[in-house]
Amino acid sequence: MSDFLEQLPIVFDALNEGFLQTLKLFVITLLGALPLGLILSFGSMSKFKPLSGLIKTVVWIVRGSPLMIQLLIIYYFPGIVFDNNIWGSGLDGRFVASAVAFIINYACYFSEIYRGGIQGVPVGQQEAGKVLGLSKTQIFFKVTLLQMVKRIVPPMSNEIITLVKDTSLARIIAMQELIWAGEAFLTGSRGISGQIWPLFFTAIYYLVFNGVLTILFGKIEKKLSYFKV
Amino acid sequence: MSLLEVRNISKSFGKVDVLKDVSFTLEKGEVLSVIGSSGGGKTTLLRCLNFLEFAEKGQIIVNGEVLYDGVAVNDKKLRENRLHFGLVFQNFNLFPQYNVLKNITLAPKLLKKGTDEEIEADARRLIERVGLSDKIENYPCELSGGQQQRVAIARALALNPDILCFDEPTSALDPELTGEVLKVIKGLKNGDSTMIVVTHEMGFAKEVSDKIIFMADGIIEEMGTPDEIFNHPKSEKTKAFFSKSLENL
Ligand SMILES: Nc1ncnc2c1ncn2[C@@H]1O[C@H](COP(=O)(O)OP(=O)(O)O)[C@@H](O)[C@H]1O
Ligand SMILES: [Mg+2]
Repeated sequence: MSDFLEQLPIVFDALNEGFLQTLKLFVITLLGALPLGLILSFGSMSKFKPLSGLIKTVVWIVRGSPLMIQLLIIYYFPGIVFDNNIWGSGLDGRFVASAVAFIINYACYFSEIYRGGIQGVPVGQQEAGKVLGLSKTQIFFKVTLLQMVKRIVPPMSNEIITLVKDTSLARIIAMQELIWAGEAFLTGSRGISGQIWPLFFTAIYYLVFNGVLTILFGKIEKKLSYFKV
Repeated sequence: MSLLEVRNISKSFGKVDVLKDVSFTLEKGEVLSVIGSSGGGKTTLLRCLNFLEFAEKGQIIVNGEVLYDGVAVNDKKLRENRLHFGLVFQNFNLFPQYNVLKNITLAPKLLKKGTDEEIEADARRLIERVGLSDKIENYPCELSGGQQQRVAIARALALNPDILCFDEPTSALDPELTGEVLKVIKGLKNGDSTMIVVTHEMGFAKEVSDKIIFMADGIIEEMGTPDEIFNHPKSEKTKAFFSKSLENL
């Protein structure tokens, strides 16, 4: 028991460091994928067929294959095939490679959510704006935008909560995120080895983080619940 | 000079000719009902008048001004043109995120049709006219279909269109709710509005219209007063349409 109490602060230190990496990857993925996804969704709705076809194919491949494979390919491909490991071998390189893979992967998922939200607004809404003499910009900002947001929030919150858990996949290229930090105490780290309980503690981090996000998204949905689309 | 003159409007979708050389005139304060079986081009006609579709050829003239002559106009002109007409849709198309008042004031405010106070006072008068003063703060999802359609009518009236068009305004409503909407439209006739009403409500058309157009397969098969069309139809197609409508009653 006294062992446990001695180990606890050491483990928490390590887990906090890991969680910081997890959080960083999460935030950077959102910052990159939210706007990139919007651009992709416009591309996939483009009337220029080669563009929409290309983007739809990319989205299909990215969504249809495991993120873990995408991480491995993005990290190892340049070094093995071109003999040029653009990421470097350090921790920063692993983080950047992870961020790139996550941003691409999540942008593809988000693009489909945006597309659903945009195309889900009935064309009658635009037409009602048109016959009232409104401009395209006025129609977008005053008529359709909020309806899109309302349609997008529920699937988006699901996807973002999945992202929290998916960040752990970066462990496959040895990015030192939360699971990696917990798992290290199995094999030995900071003078502790053969301990499984730190790994259980990592789960609590995810649960709390996702709990906070769930409450946040619930608040947003509630705020938009005064109207139906 | 007629308020509205439509000359030789033609419109096709791909290979299908939906409107073929449609011409008619409408005087200020008149009510024109357009009847005919579904697929005849009635909706397309209203959409062309409101510039949601563009006729390949023909002219649309309001108050002597040629708004449209078969060629595209720039965006600014297009929006000005649209303001000559109002359109009440079959399925209302109210803005769900705004309450009744804001649905009506949104466009006048964005188009700076007056001060906010004037626009709101106007809107309140219109809401009273359609009998919904107690629903002014409600959102569309809290209203019945008939109430939503009455709001849609007030919304269209708020911009003072020269000609107000209705595309089967009661078709999406439960039968017991059609009466309240038809009553509002009848009330507008006394208020001197010029209207084009596409409708399947024959009794209503007969009672309210100055003029009836019977459309079939993209042409005006027959045009005349309610008495001429309902009591003395000349065209075989018109007669067939009436006997079929009677069967369905
Ligand atoms: N956007 C469109 N694209 C292709 N065909 C259309 C379109 N809109 C209407 N049509 C066709 O035009 C014809 C007339 O339709 P419509 O004007 O809606 O008739 P109505 O209102 O009298 O029922 C129909 O055959 C319909 O299928
Ligand atoms: Mg129709």
